[in-house]
Amino acid sequence: MSAHPTAVRAAPRAAATAPAPRRRHDGAYRLMVVPALVLFGLFALLPMVIVVVLSFTRWDGLTTPAWAGTANWAHLFTDPVTRHSIWLTVQVVVLSWLIQTPISLLLGVYLAGKQRYRALLAVIFFIPLLLSSVAIALAFRYLLDPNFGLTQSWHTAPLSWLNHDWLGDQTLVLYTLIFIIAWQFIPFHTLLYQAGTRQIPASMYEAARIDGASGAQQFWQITLPQLRNTMVTSTTLIIVGSLTYFDLVFILTGGGPGYATRLLPLDMYITGFQDHQFGQASAIATLLVIIGMLVSLGLVRFSGFSKMRSEMEGA
Amino acid sequence: MGRHLFHEAGRRAVAAGAVLTAGVALAACSASGPSQGTGTTGQGATAVTAWGLTGGSQATFQYSQQAWDGAHPGQAISFLYYSNDAYKQKVRVAIGAGSAPTVFENWGGGQLDDYVTSGKVAPLAPAVAAAARQQYFPSVLNTAAFNGKLYGIPVNGTQPVLLYYNKDLFAKAGARPPRTWDDLLALVGKFKSAGITPITLGGGDQWPELMYLEYLADRIGGPSVFSNIAAGKPDAWSDPAIIRAAAMIQQLVKAGAFETGYDFVSYDAGESSALLYTGRSAMQLMGSWDFASIAAADPAFIAGNKLGWTTFPTVPGGTGNPADIVGNPANYFSVTTGAPGGAQKAAQDYLNNEVTSAGYVKNLLQNGNVPPVKGLTAQLSSQPHPDWLLFQYNLVKNAPSYQLSWDQALSDSAASALLTSLGQLFTDQITPQQFAAAMNQAGH
Repeated sequence: MSAHPTAVRAAPRAAATAPAPRRRHDGAYRLMVVPALVLFGLFALLPMVIVVVLSFTRWDGLTTPAWAGTANWAHLFTDPVTRHSIWLTVQVVVLSWLIQTPISLLLGVYLAGKQRYRALLAVIFFIPLLLSSVAIALAFRYLLDPNFGLTQSWHTAPLSWLNHDWLGDQTLVLYTLIFIIAWQFIPFHTLLYQAGTRQIPASMYEAARIDGASGAQQFWQITLPQLRNTMVTSTTLIIVGSLTYFDLVFILTGGGPGYATRLLPLDMYITGFQDHQFGQASAIATLLVIIGMLVSLGLVRFSGFSKMRSEMEGA
Repeated sequence: MGRHLFHEAGRRAVAAGAVLTAGVALAACSASGPSQGTGTTGQGATAVTAWGLTGGSQATFQYSQQAWDGAHPGQAISFLYYSNDAYKQKVRVAIGAGSAPTVFENWGGGQLDDYVTSGKVAPLAPAVAAAARQQYFPSVLNTAAFNGKLYGIPVNGTQPVLLYYNKDLFAKAGARPPRTWDDLLALVGKFKSAGITPITLGGGDQWPELMYLEYLADRIGGPSVFSNIAAGKPDAWSDPAIIRAAAMIQQLVKAGAFETGYDFVSYDAGESSALLYTGRSAMQLMGSWDFASIAAADPAFIAGNKLGWTTFPTVPGGTGNPADIVGNPANYFSVTTGAPGGAQKAAQDYLNNEVTSAGYVKNLLQNGNVPPVKGLTAQLSSQPHPDWLLFQYNLVKNAPSYQLSWDQALSDSAASALLTSLGQLFTDQITPQQFAAAMNQAGH
């Protein structure tokens, strides 16, 4: 396992020192990379460059964009609405990670085992994965409707602690949102952890058992360290995903009540497509891109993920 | 925003779909524009394209297209219909990208003014403008008039905002519809003590909250309060009428007038009206389109004559005319400047000869609309629910001022700031003074 990535990484260096014998190979590589590069450039890089350029203009979508210098960028950090959006987004990112990671990890490890009814439970756990964000948002809208929803059955004793205005209360709504996002995405991360756990060689557990390790010790000493790369993948997906989370929030609350759930992507959309301030919206978009890239790069670097160090036995 | 014509639970879903494909749509629009029409473009004739909204007056548009195309094969029009939320953004993108339709449906006001200012929309030809001025109420034409020229012709029914009430609940409580603000406050206390939500409000959609501010500001200070704001006068939002109106809104909220979760409950999803016709809430301030929505959701409620309606209460000491109304004067057809001359000419002919025709007006009437056309009393009396139609008609006919919804009249960015700040006002997060300050900063 560990041999392949090393070879790939070594290749460019080898090419640099001894270019001649490699040339034919390189040509073929380049040719094969062209379609992907063209598509990536056309649909990912080019729009991104245009957005960066637009972020220095004032543009209403109708007239010709006019240069605005750094006005949009200054506004980005002084506008209370956008600053509030940034703070909300940070909360969603952090809380989503804190909630989703342990639950997904435990569920995934559990589902990787061979317990009774495991397959049946797995089917139930994975149901949210099959629903679209729009369907989930609409379903929760109706369930949590303060006048017609489930709340109607929550007035009486055993469930009365549930009787809150979950989507209308300014302070509760963000946590409701984070809960629903977790409900939607935990199955996916559970699946990642399940697959990761199943990759761990049984021989390691056998050895641990022979040495007299308890179940908890096996989990902490074998399962968790072996899932290191899975955890980096899952964490990256959760963080970048919550940074750009849009559809469910848009349908569920539309950013409201007030500014209570106006996350940064929603702020970008509203600024651009409802307020028609495409320059300002582009600045927000660029900020999102920068944060997203920094976070992914940081995760990859500090976790040692880039070294692709295998956690397999003997590595 | 353009919601006044068309409501269904899945609307936001449609909007989300539009958002997800917005980037793609942007590219697609500029590349090709609409690809298929529902009409027959005449052989070798100038292609005239028109965009309208689904639901609402779609049936009348379809009727008029058939009538027009049959009689004018050389000037045939092809119509495309879009749902509400996606529509406004689509028009904006298409016009900005130079692939606009020849004719498009719009709400007049600040957004049409945007297109006019940037030279994207042509004034109505003198003959069309003259015909329009003869046929429609001036208070309705005002919404599409800029710098003394007309830029749109009314194409559907007028939609004033009214106070609806549940007649059963009023009878049970021995109450009469409120005539003054104090009546309204007294009713709030009365219904509240009877365990009934006094007023249902779709605050989750934000714009229903705006109706309170629009009416109160007009009742207190008259139409000049908003015309100063729209004209961009400095500190126009700090007008005492706005401050007082905002304080009265908070007074209403504190009195417990609205239902649980009023800042989340949606009108668009049918939730707020459901409270009214299921007898859990006594009143709702809403546009005239709500009659049709309730008739669709609960036909027995309408058939049983349980829905009552009245004008917005007067405010003691206010200088505004109690006959003033707010709402949607009409939707309009406007002609874009990007189209070839022949197509523009055909479009103007269509507006002049078809949209203003007696057949068109009759079709609107048959579909339950109240067109803002002079001299319709007799025709309205012979339609189903004549009392309802005539109430609206006379309201519009006699209104000295018919203020377009502020979120339509203002620029989009100011409208969006207004709706959000208003949400904060309704939930007591900001004071009336803070509200005015935030809006002075947001512009007009």
